Amino acid sequence: MKPILTIQHLTKNYHDKKSEMTAIQDISLDVKENEFLAIVGPSGCGKSTLLSILAGLDTASKGKITFGKENLKIGYMLQKDSLFPWRTILENCYLGLEINHNLNDVTKKRVIDLLTTYGLGDFMDKYPDSLSGGMRQRVALIRTLAIDPDILLLDEAFSALDYCTRLALSDDVYQIIKKEGKTAIMVTHDLGEAISMADRIIVLSKRPSKIKTEYVIEMKDKSTPINNRKCPEFSIYYDKIWRDLDVHL
Amino acid sequence: MSTYSEEHLVFLKKAKRRKRLIILTQILIIVVFLAIWQLLASFKLINTFTFSSPWDVVQTTIQLAKTNQLWNHIWVTVYETLISFLLAGGIGLIIATILWWVPFLAKVFDPYLTILNSLPKVALGPLIIIWVGASVNSIIFMALMISVFITIINIYNGFISIDSDYIKLLRSFHASKKEIFLKLILPGNRTNIINSLKINISMSLIGVIMGELLVSKQGLGYLIMYGSQVFNINLVITAVVILGIVSYLMYYVINWIEKKSS
Ligand SMILES: Nc1ncnc2c1ncn2[C@@H]1O[C@H](COP(=O)(O)OP(=O)(O)OP(=O)(O)O)[C@@H](O)[C@H]1O
Ligand SMILES: [Mg+2]
Repeated sequence: MKPILTIQHLTKNYHDKKSEMTAIQDISLDVKENEFLAIVGPSGCGKSTLLSILAGLDTASKGKITFGKENLKIGYMLQKDSLFPWRTILENCYLGLEINHNLNDVTKKRVIDLLTTYGLGDFMDKYPDSLSGGMRQRVALIRTLAIDPDILLLDEAFSALDYCTRLALSDDVYQIIKKEGKTAIMVTHDLGEAISMADRIIVLSKRPSKIKTEYVIEMKDKSTPINNRKCPEFSIYYDKIWRDLDVHL
Repeated sequence: MSTYSEEHLVFLKKAKRRKRLIILTQILIIVVFLAIWQLLASFKLINTFTFSSPWDVVQTTIQLAKTNQLWNHIWVTVYETLISFLLAGGIGLIIATILWWVPFLAKVFDPYLTILNSLPKVALGPLIIIWVGASVNSIIFMALMISVFITIINIYNGFISIDSDYIKLLRSFHASKKEIFLKLILPGNRTNIINSLKINISMSLIGVIMGELLVSKQGLGYLIMYGSQVFNINLVITAVVILGIVSYLMYYVINWIEKKSS
């Protein structure tokens, strides 16, 4: 099958007055449709940079990005939920549709259905400040899903939450993404999160970052992220990737 | 209907009592102040020729009202202030928008704005009179000079202090600059813009009075100037008191509009 996203020899340099710095060096990567890909790597290695290039917010210095589909839509989810406090939950979820001039009865209904299905039906007319962190992040996901993206980019999307909420939410998000049939690329610091959610993990090296290793995550009893954490393979992957990351204090 | 608990009722009662106490104390302060002033004047402990007295102020106000000058002077000052306020608000919003839109211009004009804002505008008084002429226009111009730069700077600073993650989010939806402005920058700056307008109205009033002191034939500033020239301290103090009330009312109206529109 043709990959939905192909990255070839991607390089990104940053310039400032004093120096030139290579954040990403020659990364090549294929992502299949419906795949859940996780990217881990040391702090500051260029993970966020990679995602923002994919989202079209930044430009690559060298290399090529090709999408396996015309007019492919990308949804981007960040660590902060960035909900607009002056908009209700529903209005927040309409934001992307408004900007794409695609807000009509059909898409409105889709958003309302999404909110209802994922437990936010009662909060549609509330303002973000009356919601908990986990709920807000769920709204942020639905706001991203509202434009019906083909690929979802998640940049540390859960790291602002407390541990329990984070586990529960990653389970939810995983199921939402799978059920809606989305392709996802997730950047995270949390190895457990990566191993329990992803089909494949890319480990990046220190800056200038290249692909160091790649793991296809296979578990005999693979189910939801929380259950996956109990699989025997989980800790094996954990040890391997931990060694790859080569963390020195 | 209301099913408040006993405890909550007690809480409400306390809050109400506290509020009443504050207002009562505020009234008390002004009454005591006026009483002491009046007593000092009545017993000739202060010279009413230089310090006036509450009673004299009331008399002067009635006099002014009778000859129909009072409302005229108040109206002139309020009118000039409003014109300056509206001009400064409009110009401030437009220029702040342009600066936000074209960061190059913001960088270029940054030092000039700082200089223009911190320059004591009274220094320009004589020049303004020569350039614009000894008229209402030069008073409004003076007030505008005082209020417009601070308005531009405040609104612009609010515009650029919007969290960059919000902008990132909109850009990920391929929002245009216009959409970012209309959907994020403007609504996200509601409080900031209202606060700038509050400062603007105070600044405009300061500018108008300053202008009236320099050159005018009408207005509360004129009354103060005229009163001091003919050594009519009653008139000066009356004008100052009325000015205090007018400025409080203006502020109050903006607060009211703020509450209404939220
Ligand atoms: N706009 C920019 N201009 C200059 N340098 C930048 C810019 N954005 C990022 N960098 C630098 O590029 C490097 C990679 O940054 P990036 O944010 O992509 O790392 P990251 O892997 O996401 O880090 P973290 O794990 O801390 O989130 C960092 O050293 C950062 O300082
Ligand atoms: Mg990052």
